[in-house]
Amino acid sequence: MDEAAAESGGMRRGFILWLPLVLFLGLGGLFLHGLLSPESRTIDSKMVGKPLPAFALPAAASNRPGLSTPDLTQGKPRLLNIFASWCVPCAAEAPQLMALRQAGARIDAIAIRDARGDVDRFLGRWGNPYQRIGLDARSAVQLALGSSGVPETFIIDGRGRIVHQHIGDIRAEDVPDILARLRAAQ
Amino acid sequence: MIAELGLAALWLAASLALLQLALVWFGLVGDKADLLAGVRPVAVAQAGLCAIAFLALIALFLRSDMSVALVAANSHSAKPWLYKFAGTWGNHEGSMLLWVTVMGLAGAGVALLERALRRDTHMATLGAQAAISLGFYAFLLFSSNPFARLAAAPEDGQGLNPLLQDPGLAFHPPTLYLGYVGLSVAFSFAVGALMTRNVDAAFARAMRPWVLGAWVLLTIGITAGSYWAYYELGWGGWWFWDPVENASLMPWLAATALLHSVTVLATRDALRAWTVMLAVVAFSMSMVGTFLVRSGILTSVHAFAVDPERGTFILALLLVYIGGALALFGFRVGTVREGAQFELVSRETMLVLNNLLLSVVLGVVLIGTLYPLMTEAFGHKVSVGPPYFDAVAGPIALGLMLVMIAGPVTRWRHDALRAVGGRLLVPTLVGLAALSALAVLAWGRIGVLPFLGLVIAAATAVGSLTPLGKRNLRRTPLFTYGMVIAHLGCAVSIAGMASDSAFTVEKLAAMRVGDRVSAAGWTVSLDQIGPIAGDNWTAMQADVSAARDGGTPVLLHPQSRFFTTPPTATNESAILTRWNGQLYVVLGEPTQDGRWQMRIWWKPFVTLIWLGGGLIALGGLLSLIGRERRGWMKRLRKAAA
Repeated sequence: MDEAAAESGGMRRGFILWLPLVLFLGLGGLFLHGLLSPESRTIDSKMVGKPLPAFALPAAASNRPGLSTPDLTQGKPRLLNIFASWCVPCAAEAPQLMALRQAGARIDAIAIRDARGDVDRFLGRWGNPYQRIGLDARSAVQLALGSSGVPETFIIDGRGRIVHQHIGDIRAEDVPDILARLRAAQ
Repeated sequence: MIAELGLAALWLAASLALLQLALVWFGLVGDKADLLAGVRPVAVAQAGLCAIAFLALIALFLRSDMSVALVAANSHSAKPWLYKFAGTWGNHEGSMLLWVTVMGLAGAGVALLERALRRDTHMATLGAQAAISLGFYAFLLFSSNPFARLAAAPEDGQGLNPLLQDPGLAFHPPTLYLGYVGLSVAFSFAVGALMTRNVDAAFARAMRPWVLGAWVLLTIGITAGSYWAYYELGWGGWWFWDPVENASLMPWLAATALLHSVTVLATRDALRAWTVMLAVVAFSMSMVGTFLVRSGILTSVHAFAVDPERGTFILALLLVYIGGALALFGFRVGTVREGAQFELVSRETMLVLNNLLLSVVLGVVLIGTLYPLMTEAFGHKVSVGPPYFDAVAGPIALGLMLVMIAGPVTRWRHDALRAVGGRLLVPTLVGLAALSALAVLAWGRIGVLPFLGLVIAAATAVGSLTPLGKRNLRRTPLFTYGMVIAHLGCAVSIAGMASDSAFTVEKLAAMRVGDRVSAAGWTVSLDQIGPIAGDNWTAMQADVSAARDGGTPVLLHPQSRFFTTPPTATNESAILTRWNGQLYVVLGEPTQDGRWQMRIWWKPFVTLIWLGGGLIALGGLLSLIGRERRGWMKRLRKAAA
């Protein structure tokens, strides 16, 4: 009995001595996997495929109403663009958003850490493709959406579910893909 | 010619490292003891050759020799000389050459300075050091040759990333590297001790100065890096839990634990296996950090040398060295005799608690840093940010502070709980006083963590001085002062962090020339804005005057800089330091109607963060001098005689 206990005690001590090596090899395997799969490391939102979080934002521009969750659950798929007047790539993607608008896409927006005057000037200069613009002064809704930067564009189906996230500015070559996804979300 | 000389020196140094390893191996394992006499001269010669190679690279950068690929890719003849100089190690190849050079010098240091350690352990340590160096030589020579020539030299180089053109850069990475290399020496000591089954107090005393030195350098490196990010990136933050910052924090956490456990081993001959383990872990963390930064496996603002091939190479080194050391640990540590025992209420217990909490924080940071990688392996992508780190590591760090108050006033081996409680009376009272004062002044206005941080910082500040309480101050040893100052530094630093997160006021404004805004008692007015030209940049510079409560205005000059080689824009924040905090002003983008975006922060007592870091490093330095002075003096006298 005593001998068996001592034996198992020895076994346990032996195991603990080898545990660091086992953990380390696990870490090494993880690193190797990370190295061998050098896919894009932009982080997609965990919210893709899930319903929008509930929010209600005040108007960010003088001539557009604010934005709340019910506005995005009206039965038709919409684009939700996350932008800011202080963001240079957002100005760069403005022509693509206008093109999407002319192709019939309905686009709403959330302006991040912005001020109404700045947003007005931004829209005056680069054009206004949006129907509604909510002001997210502290990035709270942006974080809830799982968006990590500006600009980003979400495709929302008619029932308020996020079906796609486009990270970074929309390039001209992205427009057909986004239109196709919008149609698919019907 | 200089490049060829450097390359030749590097090859020679690598072959000497191989020779050093062979001498130790055949001397110890093959029982040819006379071979061991050659080890020390070889170690010293290797250091000399490394130094020649590194000086050659510095010369190439200073002369802007564009026929060398590395210089052409990273330097520009229009760059100020300081940045040409710092550019030597502001890139992957140069920094790896710096690494092997410092490692060679450290090896020579171990060869020449160590006298008290058993000879076979000393030799095995030098063998381990040579084995590590060999891997890095191979890395340099086969995959990152810093001396490679270009077939056709370009007219001018591509320039150094402007974010890195800063006096801070000249000294920040080398400081961290020195720290990492110091930990590699501790690692070699651990391997040497395991090989020769000689883990005892003498081993701990031999390893301690290297751990202390490495820890001081890491502390300086992290503190300086944090301040650099604070003023250079213009975000007003001082720590972002970025993978690269974590990569420097993790070795520091392990080294902090090691520093305390090695003291237990040196003083009481306890915690033998644990100390060896920590020495391995501390260097592992340095290598894991280097791997994470260099492989680009995690996205980071710092990833300046992303290359999967290099990543694979470092990963291979990591697996061989750390895996090998851990396997050796598994085989050998069972044969290490158990060290001295101690009772529950004792300084040893406090230090074990310190080690456990530090290990938990290390685990938290490691898991948080690698979590995106782990979930990605299972097909999910997530990012882990400050909310996780602050919420998980913060409370543990505060717990650590409490142990830090109690540890130094608890006696070795065994102590009475009541007596320890008595010695903690004053810090407890101070903590309670701070608690009541804050509760009255700021209840509900600041977060729980900053609130507790301020309370515990007050208690720790007083508690850290308690060990001096009943002592004759003139006869108190220097290393005790070192400990007191380092612990006081922790309190000061935590106070700064808590104050910054509790009381910072942020103001965003779009300002026209002549506009003024007020924030936190400051009136900031934009007096003028205009272009200005620097050495290799141009900028829009604002003249901003800031006055507190109607006092005399002080002029500040935030800039928005544009570099041409390579084309990049950076924000140079303007910082006004007062005894009770800093005013931090950033000039942003212009708006269409001729206004300028300004970000203004008032950060009360934020400077304490770095002041504390400096105190911690100073404490470590005093400890190092206090512990080692006698040995150094003896060796000097011997050398003179």
